[in-house]
Amino acid sequence: MISFKVNNEAVSFEGDSDTPLLWVLRDHLRLTGTKFACGVGLCGACVVHLDGRAAASCRVPVSSVEGRSVTTIEGLAGPDGELHPVQKAWLEMDVAQCGYCQSGQIMATADLLSRHPKPSDQDIDSNMSSMICRCGTYVRIRKAIHRAAEIAESGE
Amino acid sequence: MNTSGSKTKMERIDANRRRFLIAGTSVAGGFVLGLPAIGYSRPAIDKGTAGERQIGFFIEIRPDGAVIIGSNQPEIGQGVRTALPMLVAEELDVDWSSVSVRQMPLGIVKTADGYTWKYGGQGVGGSTGLTSNWDFMREVGATARHQLMRAAAERLEVPVSSCSTKPGFVVCDAPAGSIPYADLVADAAKLDMPAEAPPLKSQKNYRIVGTRKNTVDALDIVTGKATYGIDTMAANMRHAVIARSPYLNGSVRSFDDAEARKIDGVLDVIKIDGPKAPEPYFILASGVAVVATSTWAAIKGRDALKIDWEPGPNATDDSDRFWQENAEMLKSRGQLVTDDGDFDKAMSEAKQVLVRQYQLPFVSHQPMEPQNCYAFVEEDRCHIVAPTQMPAGASRAAAAVTGLPRENIRIDLTRIGGGFGRRLTNDYVAEAALISMKTGWPIKLQWTREDEVRNDFYRPAGLHEIRAGLDEEGRIVAWTQRLASASKYYRRPDMPDENLWEAELYPDDFPRKFVENFRLEYFHNAIGLPRGSWRAPAHTANAFVIQSFIDELAHETGQDPLQLRIDLFGEDRELEYSGHGGPVFNPGRLTRLTKFVADRIEYGRKRPKGRGVGLAAHFTFGGYAAHAFEVTVARDGQLSIDRIVAAIDCGLAVHPNAVEAQLQGATVDGISTALGQEITVKNGQVQQSNFHDYPLARISHIPTLFEAHILPYDDTPTGVGEIGIPPVAPALANAIFAASGVRLRRLPIGDQLRQALSG
Repeated sequence: MISFKVNNEAVSFEGDSDTPLLWVLRDHLRLTGTKFACGVGLCGACVVHLDGRAAASCRVPVSSVEGRSVTTIEGLAGPDGELHPVQKAWLEMDVAQCGYCQSGQIMATADLLSRHPKPSDQDIDSNMSSMICRCGTYVRIRKAIHRAAEIAESGE
Repeated sequence: MNTSGSKTKMERIDANRRRFLIAGTSVAGGFVLGLPAIGYSRPAIDKGTAGERQIGFFIEIRPDGAVIIGSNQPEIGQGVRTALPMLVAEELDVDWSSVSVRQMPLGIVKTADGYTWKYGGQGVGGSTGLTSNWDFMREVGATARHQLMRAAAERLEVPVSSCSTKPGFVVCDAPAGSIPYADLVADAAKLDMPAEAPPLKSQKNYRIVGTRKNTVDALDIVTGKATYGIDTMAANMRHAVIARSPYLNGSVRSFDDAEARKIDGVLDVIKIDGPKAPEPYFILASGVAVVATSTWAAIKGRDALKIDWEPGPNATDDSDRFWQENAEMLKSRGQLVTDDGDFDKAMSEAKQVLVRQYQLPFVSHQPMEPQNCYAFVEEDRCHIVAPTQMPAGASRAAAAVTGLPRENIRIDLTRIGGGFGRRLTNDYVAEAALISMKTGWPIKLQWTREDEVRNDFYRPAGLHEIRAGLDEEGRIVAWTQRLASASKYYRRPDMPDENLWEAELYPDDFPRKFVENFRLEYFHNAIGLPRGSWRAPAHTANAFVIQSFIDELAHETGQDPLQLRIDLFGEDRELEYSGHGGPVFNPGRLTRLTKFVADRIEYGRKRPKGRGVGLAAHFTFGGYAAHAFEVTVARDGQLSIDRIVAAIDCGLAVHPNAVEAQLQGATVDGISTALGQEITVKNGQVQQSNFHDYPLARISHIPTLFEAHILPYDDTPTGVGEIGIPPVAPALANAIFAASGVRLRRLPIGDQLRQALSG
């Protein structure tokens, strides 16, 4: 049995230990906000936070998360329900088209801002190029990342 | 709006009006207004059926004033779930902040003549989601408002002419004459429907339409709550994946599932028989399905299968040969599909002849949400939850597989993780229904990315040749476009060979009618790749070819590419356009857009060596778009896109936020396909499998300097989903030429620049 935390709640998984964290979240824990898209870590639709760092959950076998802490899009907002600055910025810029990749984009951006509170366009290019948005919302994603940095800084 | 045309039809259905009026309380205590159809101009769901909508759209008004508007169309990211309710809310006269949207299932009703729509036509493709519902949705809102006013007038015993509305209230010229809608709905629902749709609002009074509104599901999306097909969960649901033939039109000779069945969670293994070429497709491939208690167990089970494939009739298909054959074909005479004037005479008299060939690859759709479908087939009924652009097609697919009458098949729609034309076909619905029927379980079928890349209805590839004859002043006197390609209409039911060209050449596109002697010639080449509609289908190829050639022609004749376009497109005028997006093509709208983007990007400014600007414009499915690209090409061939100005003219922009988003997204899509996307075949097998060898544009490919403009035109909206993509690749290629002198006549660009400049 593998025990770990998801969104600050203790969970355990008894199935195949090589099951990717993605499918444990989706099929077993019913946390479907984390999306499946490529299955091999090439697009970022499945990005979650593993001990606070962005990770492509399709490439993380559940055996490797024993004792660790996972945050998914469902757990990104504060305990009082206040949205994370990245979520606020995504709403303000109305980034989503189909919306399918946006959980991953938001989780990746939250991680980016924790490392680069004021990212340059260069920082965005180098950190967010592991992500794919097929609808092509990149123009708004870039604006939303800058806006999220402002919101985080000002505490709006 | 044109109401005169619908009057006679309205009389025909008059007798049914009251019968189909529905109204009642909802579980939340709100009153639901069921509105009989009012437009009646919608075509039938199936060929040969009487096509009246029987029960219309619905609006629910709750005691607290909350308004829930039903959304009948599939939302693939194009914004219909926001735009159509905006139309209803505008005419109903409610505050947008009081509106929420509920997804409606597929509504079809069996009649003596076949099946007809219950909630209006449902399906999104060809950029028609908004335009085909423009009158209907406004009439729905206006009729509901009118009924509420009549209810108020009766209650207050005043003439309805003395009543009006303010958002959420009927206001009558009477004491205590302001009544909330919620208090009137029960009475309004008892009234007969008006014989004609009430007058619609004047557009100058719009408060919602034409203003920036956020996507209705935005909060759900950013919190992970929005549900897509892939998120469907049901009691006792099992998970399935399919190992599909790696050979185009291959089949399963035999398989050994002993190891697969040992995998923990694997429950069953089933052979799936696909259609035999050249029969039409109902699913894409033969294969073996694995059913399991979880997606991962099903995937592992599939990996453990040992399958002996029969390579089948296309085992030697090969992309290199396909291209050689196309080139050979162009040396002979093809099917003459358009022939205006006296082409041969004009060509023989031409002072100069310019001939160029352009090659466009097969490309794949790759929506982010891989295909999936929930299906539960029981003895007398079937339930489908599918991310589909064509829910009626899903119903037909499930009926064909199960043999059940369509009225016993329920189709629920979800938010959809991208369409791009892939989900116009419902092969995955048929697959899921097959597996559920054979196992008896509720099944969620899941495609993986590899399935998605190797099995698709690909955008057709082709080799185009343009020949233009010019007079002594450089004017075009004769023009022909000759295309050897694999037609999208391959394996369409009842499709004669002589009509295959119709999917690939749209005769009334520019520059027909701009050139007196004009010819289109087609050659059909065979290859086993399935084909289908990909965002703006043949416009993507034809715009690249024509807008690149115009640039070449300008340079060859010493003309300026911008001025030549302005001269050719000319002033506002109405040309007949018989294809989809017609009946009118006004090239003056392209002139205006071209001038605009050229101006914004400072077209005339001198730029340093290695830097250049390119332009293109195109008319697509009723809408107009132009792009200007500024690029730098380094001496080693490294390409950098520095700046983009995009502009769209979609008539009236109903939901400008989504129009802008679609223009941005289509531009990215155009860049993505131009840079590196190509599906190739070797030994009868697709060679690509995932995003490493079928690359999509990343954020770093898209410049920070990116403007998307909406140029208002008139008071009629066009679609927007596909309009923004066709000019992208030619504008990019033209900019690359301006920067480097390298003319790219083959897509994708790949490493052609590096090769050209290092040689």
